[in-house]
Order: sequence, then structure tokens, then C-alpha cells
Amino acid sequence: MVGMTRNDKNPQRGAHAVEVRGLVKHFGETKALDGVDLDVREGTVLGVLGPNGAGKTTLVRCLSTLLVPDAGTATVAGYDVVRQPRQLRRTIGLTGQYASVDEKLSGWENLYMIGRLLDLSRKEARARADEMLERFSLTEAAKRPAGGYSGGMRRRLDLAASMIGRPAVLYLDEPTTGLDPRTRNEVWDEVQRMVAEGATVLLTTQYMEEAEQLADELTVIDRGKVIAKGKVDELKARVGGRTMRIRPVDPGDLPAMARALAETGLDGVAGTQAVPDEGTLLVPILSDEQLTAVVGLLAARGYAIADLGTYLPSLDEVFLAITGHRPTRGEDRGSAGRPGPDAHTGNNEQTDQNEEVAA
Amino acid sequence: MSAGTTTPTRTPSGAATAAASRPAPAADGRLPLRSHLRHIGALARRNALQIKADPESMFDAVLMPVIFVLLFVFVFGGAMFGQGNQDQYVNYLVPGLMAMMGMNIAMAVGTGVNDDFKKGVMDRFRSMPIARSSVLVAKIVVEIGRMLVATTILLVMGFVMGLTLHGSVLQLLAAVGLSMVFGASLMWIFILLGLTMKTAQAVQGVAMLVLMPLQFGSSIFAPTTSMPGWLQSFTDVNPLSNLADAARHLINDEGAVAQPVLITLAWAVGITAVTAPLAVRKFRNKT
Ligand SMILES: Nc1ncnc2c1ncn2[C@@H]1O[C@H](COP(=O)(O)OP(=O)(O)OP(=O)(O)O)[C@@H](O)[C@H]1O
Ligand SMILES: [Mg+2]
Repeated sequence: MVGMTRNDKNPQRGAHAVEVRGLVKHFGETKALDGVDLDVREGTVLGVLGPNGAGKTTLVRCLSTLLVPDAGTATVAGYDVVRQPRQLRRTIGLTGQYASVDEKLSGWENLYMIGRLLDLSRKEARARADEMLERFSLTEAAKRPAGGYSGGMRRRLDLAASMIGRPAVLYLDEPTTGLDPRTRNEVWDEVQRMVAEGATVLLTTQYMEEAEQLADELTVIDRGKVIAKGKVDELKARVGGRTMRIRPVDPGDLPAMARALAETGLDGVAGTQAVPDEGTLLVPILSDEQLTAVVGLLAARGYAIADLGTYLPSLDEVFLAITGHRPTRGEDRGSAGRPGPDAHTGNNEQTDQNEEVAA
Repeated sequence: MSAGTTTPTRTPSGAATAAASRPAPAADGRLPLRSHLRHIGALARRNALQIKADPESMFDAVLMPVIFVLLFVFVFGGAMFGQGNQDQYVNYLVPGLMAMMGMNIAMAVGTGVNDDFKKGVMDRFRSMPIARSSVLVAKIVVEIGRMLVATTILLVMGFVMGLTLHGSVLQLLAAVGLSMVFGASLMWIFILLGLTMKTAQAVQGVAMLVLMPLQFGSSIFAPTTSMPGWLQSFTDVNPLSNLADAARHLINDEGAVAQPVLITLAWAVGITAVTAPLAVRKFRNKT
């Protein structure tokens, strides 16, 4: 990239805050990163989507100077990860996959310490610690040791810690894995707020929904290689977007319902699929208007509906669409013994990500 | 829905405003001394708060001197100076135990570091704009504090058992200072060990292996004159012997001071010069 300097001195529209070229990192025989290229434009969010063992954490650790890559280059805010680690660390904030707070210290002491390490004055550090605890609804737990926090509280404290210095570039490694929906939404709000304040975000995730919520662009990686990249909408067009799943009270209604929908000629209904085994009807959803029309039509025709919801393709389905095979998760490329991601994965349907639609 | 489209107006310049009030780093990212001191202060506060959260971790520093003084005075005191003359042994033993205290506390640093450095918070420190040595220096600062507590208790215990100060208070302070300097240098060895070994148990094992011969092949508990010649030549260079002799001669205001002091200092400087850079490098390259 030509002429890129520290972005707070020389903001360049559309310039890349993060540039990765041919990044390689081996662990013994394992190629955790096998020639990764990616860019994150300033002020945008890049979602890095990949299954277990894809190399997401390794990528984030290389970009935070915690690992030295074997080959390739990476610059963050114009600083080289290998040659200028000191300058680079001043511009980044990191929320790793596994909580990195001091368990014996209280939430407040953790944040105050980080503030001081970032060279805030005592007064500033105190104020900032209070402010961040408030923002992440941790004020009540401020004085308790972080070791006694729930998983979600720890994650929030971790996020607060990485945002204290208002970093220009923020890395979030699976920030919401294992969080309940409410906490997850809180985290999403804070990330969006950081972006609104001008930060650039690189976010890894296993959830299509998270990527859709937060990311402007997506890079899909598998076994250390980039297998797809593009704007979220482009990728969605490739893998299919939201689908509505309708379960009538009487499964016998399925063919008639499918016919009725096809006759309307509404957008997308041509792709309607009846799944008699499950007693459900799957309708591709292209817009809120179309969704409303579909529900309205079925109701008007008097079909009794037992259950209905929409869902996004799971990571598995994304992979299937892109590569023609499901991610090689069973192989578990040596990550045994580390805390695994939570129950979300593996299911085609992620119930807690369904948006309930009032019929 | 995507966040980027809702707020395209601000550039990362806004994100960096918090940095405005901070001391500016040099172009190569090096920090001014003031920043280093602030970081060490913040990290030392962390280590101190950890002790506060877990007061049991002070047990060794508090109980060890008490137990050792009682044990050795009653077990060896009579044998060496005759029944009823244990208080003479107190004046021999307590300065020696000052040397031992440093060794034992330094050893605990090794196991502590091994545990601590497996924790996620180290990743945060290592990804922050601070010198990586600050984390280690802060640990040593707090451990020296622990050593001071242990030494104070040792001296109080000694006075209770009949220790008499023949030298001046200044000489006593010099003895304490010397054992701190030497103890701090030992900590670097154990930090290096703690960073190198896989488990805290392994660190403990190796540390004991080093510790035992150094402690008992020294003048800490008994004069070396009754030892065989080959052992004496070992105890003569053993830094613990020299530290014990230096402290003993200062507190009892007897014998040569300069030589054991100089040998002890030489050891301290030598050990630090070799192990501190190795430890910092090890920490820096840890993955
Ligand atoms: N320190 C390490 N030593 C050895 N192998 C490692 C190490 N770190 C990662 N690996 C291996 O590199 C590969 C990529 O791991 P990485 O943690 O980057 O994946 P990930 O995409 O973050 O997975 P997850 O979704 O489970 O967090 C895996 O096969 C893993 O076993
Ligand atoms: Mg990971």
C-alpha cells in the first residue's frame, strides 16, 4: 500500500488499516496459516469466518505480535508486525478467544491497571474504568474478583479492557461464543459503537448471523487458507440468505401450501421446498415485505400454522455452498484439550438465532 | 444492518483522541523512562493486590523465619555451644538465615511465575505498548517487599530468642540491604527457570536440587572449619556462605567484612547480568 502512514495522522479514505499478504504459520506439521491474504479498510468491520481449527486465533495472534509468522507480511495501521511491534501495539486492542483478565483482581482494578499501562493519568484511568464498567453493565460487580464472574461477565470485562485505550484497530476473537442472546446483543452494540467512533475491527466468528450483524466484508477461511471473500451481501447471495421454516398443524397441507405460494408469483417463492419428513415448508426470504406477504397469504387461505421462524444458513451450510463439502471438524487438528466452542456449532439450525415472526 | 454503513463520517482520528494526553513515544516506539516507571508501578500494584486477595501466599514469608529460628536454635544450638548457651548460636544463626530467606523466597518466585505466565492476562500484557521486562521487574519489586517482611520477622524472632546487636544499626541495615540485592539477583534465575520449565512442580524440583547443596554446603548453619577440605573450597565460593559471613560480621561487628561483601556483590551482579536478559528474552518469545 502506497503512502500509508499512521492513520490518525493521515486519514485516507478507503485505505487499508490491516493488510495481510501470504501469511504462513506452522506449528510442527500443522499449517495453521497457509498463505492468508486479507485487507480491512479503515473504519470498517471485517468478519473472518471459519470452523474450529481454521486458523482464526493464529491469525489474530500474529496480528497482535503474540506470534511471529513464518512467512508473508502483515501491516496494521502501516506498521509491520515483525519489524515494528512496539508502534503497532500502540494502535491495537485485543480481545482474545480466552479471557485475558486477572482473576484475582476485581473488575475495577483490572480496568484501572490497563488504563495505567496505557499511560492514562490516575484520574483518567479511574474515570475510564468507571465508564467502561457502566457501559458493560458491570458496575455492580466492580469490586468483586473477576475470578468469580460468570463467563459472560468475564467476556464483557475483557472487551471493556481492550476498548479502554480507544484503539484504532480492534481484534475480537469469537467475541460472543458461549454468550446468552442478551449479552451477545450488548456486545454487538458496543462493537458498533466502537466502529461509530472510528475504529477498524477484525472479528472472527463461527456464526453467519454475527457476521451479518457486524461485518461489512467477510473472509472465509478453512485449514489456514482463504476460501472465499467479499461483501456480506455478495457472499450471502452465493450461499443463500434467510429462510423461513413453516410447520403447519396438519402436515397434509404441505403440498397445497407450496402450490398456493407458487401461484402468487411472489419474489423467491419459486424456491419453496416442502420437507415432508420434518413436516415443514422452507421459503427463501428476500425482504421483509415478501415475508409479510407469505405469512399473510397463508393465513388468509386458512392454513393452521403450528410453528414458524426464520434462520440464516449455518457455517456448515455456508461451507457446503462454497466448497461443496462440510468443514472438516471431526478431524480436530490438534486443538484437543483447549476449551471448545459452545453448543452452537454442528447444528444446521441454530434455534437461539431464529427470529421469531409473529403470525 | 451492517454497522459500517450507518456511520461512515468519522475516521480513525477520532479513535485515537485518548492518546493525545499521553507522553509521546519516540518514532521507533521506545517509551520515556517515566512511562516505564508507571507501568512497573501498575503491575506491582497488581502483584500486591494478588497477595491481598490471597493472604495465605504470605505464609512462607511469615512462618518460615519463625519456624527456622526455633528449630535450629533448639536442635543445633545446644550441640554447638553447649546446653544453656543457645543464645550464642542465635547470633551465629540469624545472619545466616537472612541469606537462606532470600533463597527460599526467590524460589517461590519461580513457581509463581510459571503459574502466572500460563494465564490469559499475560497475552494482554504482551500485546500492549509496554516493555515486556516491566512485568518481570514489577514481580521482583513486590517479591523484594515480601523478602523484607520475612527478614523483619526473622530479626524480631531473633531478638526474642536473645540476639544481640554488636554492630551499629547502619551495619544491620547494610546486612539487610546486601541480602536483598543478592535475593533479587537469585529471582532472575528462578524467573528464567519458571519461564523455561513446563510445570510449577518441575520448577520446584529443579529448584530444590540447586537449593539443598547450596544451603547446607555453606556456613549458614554451622562453621565450615569442621568440614573436609574439598567441601571447604566449595563453601568458600558459595555465595550463600559469603552472604551469611558478610551479614554475620556486620551484625556481630567482627571479622573481615569487605571480602565476603565483595564476593556476594560480584555474584549478584554476575547472576543478574547473565540471567536477566535471558529471562526477558524468554518472556518476549514465549508463545
Ligand atoms: N500453540 C500451538 N501449538 C500447536 N498447534 C497449534 C497452536 N496453536 C494453534 N495450533 C493449531 O493450529 C491450527 C489452527 O488453530 P487456531 O487456534 O488458529 O484455530 P481457530 O480457527 O481459532 O479454531 P477455534 O474455532 O477452535 O478457535 C489448529 O490445528 C491448532 O491445533
Ligand atoms: Mg480460535
